Amino acid sequence: MTELDAGLVGEQIAESGQIAEPTGRGEIGRARRRKEDARLLTGHTRWTDNLQQPGMLQVMFLRSPMAHARITRVDVSAARDLPGVLAAFSGQDFADEQGSLPCAWPVSEDIVIPDHPPMAVSEVRYVGEAVACVVATDRYRAADALEAIEVDYEPLPAVMDMHDALTPDSPKVHESGNKAFSTTITSGDVEAAFRDAPVVIDRTYIQQRLIPSAMEPRAVLASTDGDTFTLWSSTQIPHVLRVMLAVTTGIPEHRLRVIAPDVGGGFGSKLQVTAEEVLCLLLTRRLGRPVKWSESRTEGNLTVHHGRDQIQHIRLAAEADGRIRGLRVELLADMGAYLMLVTPGVPMLGASMFNAIYKMDAYEFACTGVFTTKMPTDAYRGAGRPEATYAIERVMDELAAELGIDPLEARRRNWIRHDEFPYTTISGLTYDSGNYEAATDRAMALFGYDKLRAEQADRRDRGDPVQLGIGVSTYTEMCGLAPSRLLGMANYGAGGWEHGSVRMLPTGKVEVITGTSPHGQGHVTSWSQIAADALGVPFDDITVLHGDTAVAHKGMDTYGSRSLVIGGVAVLKACEKVKDKARKLAAHLLECSPDDLEFEAGAFKVRGTGASRTIQELAFAAFTAHDLPEGVEARLDSDATFDPDNYSFPHGTHLCAVEVDTETGMVKIRSYVAVDDVGKVVNPLIVEGQVHGGIAQGVAQALFEEAVYDADGNLLTATMADYLLPSAADLPAFTTDRTETPSTGNPLGVKGVGEAGTIASTPAVVNAVVDALRPRGVRDVQMPCTPERVWRAVQGTRGGVRS
Amino acid sequence: MPRITITVDGIRYEEDVEPRLLLVHLLRERLGKTGTPIGCDTSNCGACTVMLDGRSAKSCSVLAVQADGCDVVTIEGLGADGALHPMQRAFHEEHALQCGYCTPGMVMAAIDLLRDDADPSEETIRHGLEGNLCRCTGYCNIVRAVKRGAQEMGQGVRTP
Repeated sequence: MTELDAGLVGEQIAESGQIAEPTGRGEIGRARRRKEDARLLTGHTRWTDNLQQPGMLQVMFLRSPMAHARITRVDVSAARDLPGVLAAFSGQDFADEQGSLPCAWPVSEDIVIPDHPPMAVSEVRYVGEAVACVVATDRYRAADALEAIEVDYEPLPAVMDMHDALTPDSPKVHESGNKAFSTTITSGDVEAAFRDAPVVIDRTYIQQRLIPSAMEPRAVLASTDGDTFTLWSSTQIPHVLRVMLAVTTGIPEHRLRVIAPDVGGGFGSKLQVTAEEVLCLLLTRRLGRPVKWSESRTEGNLTVHHGRDQIQHIRLAAEADGRIRGLRVELLADMGAYLMLVTPGVPMLGASMFNAIYKMDAYEFACTGVFTTKMPTDAYRGAGRPEATYAIERVMDELAAELGIDPLEARRRNWIRHDEFPYTTISGLTYDSGNYEAATDRAMALFGYDKLRAEQADRRDRGDPVQLGIGVSTYTEMCGLAPSRLLGMANYGAGGWEHGSVRMLPTGKVEVITGTSPHGQGHVTSWSQIAADALGVPFDDITVLHGDTAVAHKGMDTYGSRSLVIGGVAVLKACEKVKDKARKLAAHLLECSPDDLEFEAGAFKVRGTGASRTIQELAFAAFTAHDLPEGVEARLDSDATFDPDNYSFPHGTHLCAVEVDTETGMVKIRSYVAVDDVGKVVNPLIVEGQVHGGIAQGVAQALFEEAVYDADGNLLTATMADYLLPSAADLPAFTTDRTETPSTGNPLGVKGVGEAGTIASTPAVVNAVVDALRPRGVRDVQMPCTPERVWRAVQGTRGGVRS
Repeated sequence: MPRITITVDGIRYEEDVEPRLLLVHLLRERLGKTGTPIGCDTSNCGACTVMLDGRSAKSCSVLAVQADGCDVVTIEGLGADGALHPMQRAFHEEHALQCGYCTPGMVMAAIDLLRDDADPSEETIRHGLEGNLCRCTGYCNIVRAVKRGAQEMGQGVRTP
């Protein structure tokens, strides 16, 4: 066994990129193998928990076993006396300096944002809330010390059910009551749409609570030299976090550096300002030593924010031929115990999406946010849009069933046709481009739709105990969060621009600095492809820096499928500025007018002559600065900040066939076809990977996952043994393809892709399950569609709704 | 405190360990072998999978004292002669990793399953990887990578 030869591995990796031939002359569109892989495949990783600092101490938190209680006494003295323990603190010890965890999205005038201390001081409101901490020389000493802390609780009633929580005599989570906010948005005459409507579909769906479950548990490392502070965190948002931590802790922003090193997945769960980040910063300030906290998975299931958890009441009014007249949506959204960074904004991200790809005359969306004594909810892959897509796509199937037509026909009669774009929807969004017909036709062909329908009919006729169901989801979503102007109108606390920089190094190599903060998405590879094409430099001559506020000083980070459509475009625009500078320098050196130069294959050429300068030569000329034109600085380096005018609207058609064993309730996915339109594609390999992973998470909501609390507020799914994440054996192979309708909203023509699979797939799967059982009178199976729930639905008992 | 002798990625170590010390913590926090990550506390995720005397084992479920006298290979020591192991290379070629956190364990489990079946079907691969969770890829490309890795390893490439 020998040490890994970095050079040899690098060569292998570099070679492998050549296996996929470019589709054109450029890098964009080419299935480049990832630059990120070598490090990750050989264990040369920098996960936060891998990092060490001289004198570093380990932090552990004692967490509340009670969902709701008054803290009457905390005694940490016995813990402090144990060997290897440097400190132990209760919430009272931080009360004067810990501030309140921020909520950046006050979505309505009536919103109540309760104080949210990072460590509970006098009252706990969910199981897992931190009540004390210890700081010790290592994790084993720290774990021992936690057991020596004594806490007395005076139990208060748990508040678990949203409907109950809103009744006048419900116990209160906060003194202000259990309603966090309520809001209604109306467009068109909804009363008229429903009055005398020939068809009205009225359904209630449950979006179960989910645990995002990034594979890397969270970790935080904080250190100080007495003047400045550095915080490493497993976060998606180093830039947002720096601002928020400065505001929360009072540590001035210019003396705080935040680093997101290698981050092992997020899916929204690391789009947060966490108690542990604040407290580690306060602990390093107090102790003057580096401190690290490494989350256990059980801690994570309890205290990483959860996702979804809504009750959706949806009503659709239609003409007798199936054309939609209007739609009414009433949501109850479980906030959990506090409003975290974007908790109340999550259901509101679905506010404009229930109308989906369909034309209608009237739309009403109402949402009430409810406090309960559970872990707060917040962004989870799709955030608001999977919920909306689920409800409307389920209801479109119900409409089809009501009219006795094919589910795809019900959609065709209502969707926006490709020649109607740009199209302003009833909820006020303008979809720039799309072709729902093309994506659907392609999906049906790949799926063998008619043949499967024939098989379904045959199984029904034969009374086969294993029934076939076919599920449809023709989705769109709004992503690329987001135009700053629109975020301002939505009362969000920040903008949605993104920043990119390009440094041209003296040797002709290139550093791209991005404000996006990848954690698995392959930005280093894709941004290299964008810059390689724009600058005409080799892919391998580009490096991409990110995730450190001292290196990438401006950024809005990575979430909401925003990185390519905003951050990638910012990189492109910075490259264009580099070229503008280089053109002036080239004209000077070649003694011609800038207008006489054409840029091709990385060089400025004087039209009609052989004279040229490569961009690398110009970078060196700028470096030596021996012969610069008047008023030109000695650098080609450039920055750009891009703020889009509109959201991004990927779309597609997902088709799912399931076999449902009516005797056991077991659901098996027989085939799954996804045809997505994400506009132009920079790297098809990475796009396909995003779609695969997205579908898997959506299927997981449909069939497997649910965070379950008991009536007392104990989380019953606190471990991976109890919370069922699908393994390779639980999922099928997915057939994926794309149609390509370029976005008109950015110069790359790209659309977001990170969340599309998750948004599309959940209703496709559940529609398939219900479709299999519809002849038996089943019209809903509550998610996740476990064998027990499916079996009960077949039996016509609890868990399924019969018509 | 018990003293153990353990070989990790070809280097022999003698360590005094608490009886309760987990092998994964020995690797990560005493020996600096941070290439092996921890993803859960119930041995469900498989991220910490290493080779223990030639077979895959979840190093969070093994006490360091149980590994006394054992030979451990981690993701850091997998490549022979400074090159990538064919399975590592196959994961790269097939884009079988995104965030990369499950990857060390997934690669180890993949190599181990080939010992029982050198030319596995898709179903065999999926069942063989049941103890290793990935949240990013939906497993499609992992399955492809294991097939490719199996082919390349079948072509006379030595396995550790």
